[in-house]
Amino acid sequence: MALPRLLPMSEYAVEATNIVRTFHDGGFRALDDVTLRVPTGEVFGLLGPNGSGKTTMIRILSTVLSPTKGVASVGGFDVVKHPGRVRQVIGLAGQFAAVDENLTGFENLRMVGLLNHLEKAKVVTRSRQLLDEFGLADFGNKLAKTYSGGMRRRLDLAAALVASPPILFLDEPTTGLDPQSRQDLWTIIEGLVEGGTTVLLTTQYLEEADRLCRQLVVLDHGKIIAEGTSAELKSRLGNTVLVLSFASTHDAARALSLVSGVSTKPANSEGTVIELTVDNGPAAAADALRRIDGDGIVLTGLQLREPSLDDVFLSLTGHKAEETGEAPSAPQDRRIRRRARV
Amino acid sequence: MTTTASPLDTEASRHTSIRWAIRDVLTLARRNLMALFRIPTALVFAMIQPVMFVLLFRYVFGGAIPVPGGQYVNFLIPGILVQTTIFGAIGTAIGLAEDLQRGLIERFKALPMARMAVLGGRTIADMARNVMVLLIITAVGFAVGFRPHGGFLPYVEACLVMLTFAYCLSWGFAFVGLAAPNSETAQAMTFPLIFPLTFASNIFVPVSSMPWWLRGFANNQPVSQTAQAVRGLMLGTAHGQSAWVSLLWAMGLVAVLAPLAVNRFRRAA
Repeated sequence: MALPRLLPMSEYAVEATNIVRTFHDGGFRALDDVTLRVPTGEVFGLLGPNGSGKTTMIRILSTVLSPTKGVASVGGFDVVKHPGRVRQVIGLAGQFAAVDENLTGFENLRMVGLLNHLEKAKVVTRSRQLLDEFGLADFGNKLAKTYSGGMRRRLDLAAALVASPPILFLDEPTTGLDPQSRQDLWTIIEGLVEGGTTVLLTTQYLEEADRLCRQLVVLDHGKIIAEGTSAELKSRLGNTVLVLSFASTHDAARALSLVSGVSTKPANSEGTVIELTVDNGPAAAADALRRIDGDGIVLTGLQLREPSLDDVFLSLTGHKAEETGEAPSAPQDRRIRRRARV
Repeated sequence: MTTTASPLDTEASRHTSIRWAIRDVLTLARRNLMALFRIPTALVFAMIQPVMFVLLFRYVFGGAIPVPGGQYVNFLIPGILVQTTIFGAIGTAIGLAEDLQRGLIERFKALPMARMAVLGGRTIADMARNVMVLLIITAVGFAVGFRPHGGFLPYVEACLVMLTFAYCLSWGFAFVGLAAPNSETAQAMTFPLIFPLTFASNIFVPVSSMPWWLRGFANNQPVSQTAQAVRGLMLGTAHGQSAWVSLLWAMGLVAVLAPLAVNRFRRAA
């Protein structure tokens, strides 16, 4: 342990109350009265589309940005009054793998270890240990610019863990990763939580939140629009989405009135496609087929799939997760930054 | 839990002491210098450009530029040295813009390190690079006929004057780097600042040939004062109060620019 865990850790590792953050001299509200409590030793999820305020929340909790209003404490320390103390108990892995490309993997970890004020000898052993644990041992002496996307993410996460922080902030840890790298990272995060680490992560993927998080909040335009366990959210939503495709919009329109009784939740129809959120997929599919059958409607496709973030949004807000917000691209990120500095 | 108070306090002071701040600065300065040597092309370009200037002005333009005392090469090399150290500040802006773009500034800000170490480490690394450049240009200068008669100690003094001035000025470029949306823009933004300071000056030509309105600026602006001080010290001729004027400018600049850069750093993420 790099830092003593004798800190008076309460029931909640992170407590944020009525957090407001505005940019552009109040012209843009990135966070609007957000309150959340992260229980110690759990993985807590912030789910939302780009531009919903997830990154701003992480930056406030990790003392990178200050809140416009509201109070937040991390590990029992106020983020505004005692930011130095907060920084001693947290690890942060930001949205874009923040590694120095011109240093080797080992040098990256050593730098962060030294800046965490660990002893030099300890920094070396800890860096080697992390490279080993994260499957980077063979690449420790290679420049980070030669790393793949998945390797960079692992190195980034390792850098956040050099000082063995009891609280970890992960901002979209798997965005842009291939399925295998994503699985690897999930396994690592689960291992950390088993070891007692509290994790607050943001994600755009319902699947990820479902797999990792016990509790989560859903953010939209800086406001919390839903919170609870993953199971609670899913039960509000339905477990499965039934997708029906038709030969024409005319057929789809006629079918809509016939199948709308299949689900208790409102059907979503767009063009030639109808989507229904249901609890029992196969039974609902059979029911839907019976209802359309014999009416001359041409069904061209039928599909059952897991609900996506879009479905959650549609069900919670009546609108889709907005694409017009901020896409996870570098130029957009700069826009957020510029906004953050005004 | 009254017993937790004291270990926590020592823990906090352990992280904020001057000794740790210095170590943080050195850690980051070392990191920046390592990166410099890892990109050999950048280093070579940093060295080649001033050498090209030396050759260009020594052999192409130099013959047509009359200077008091007659020997243009002795006029030129101190000027080129000043120009090169000031151009080094472009690297300060680009480096910080890159760190910001790559999320490294965000990472640093969440670490229990000294807040000023990011800017301190960057500017000090860039000063170390300037020392290397000074040595190389001096050697190149000697090779093309530069003969400073001021003596060794005044030569060192001259180097300290220009390094101090360039270091203080680099805080302004730190601000530019943190304000730019990306490193390309940062580089572009430095140009309109660097250009008038280095070319509307006495670095390459005596200001006496300039029109009166430009002469006023060129004579009194800080880079000219620095170049005049460096020239006087290196050549053993009179430099009047230029060295003091240059140092005063340096102090004035850093007093204004450092708070600007630090404030920008606080808001950056």
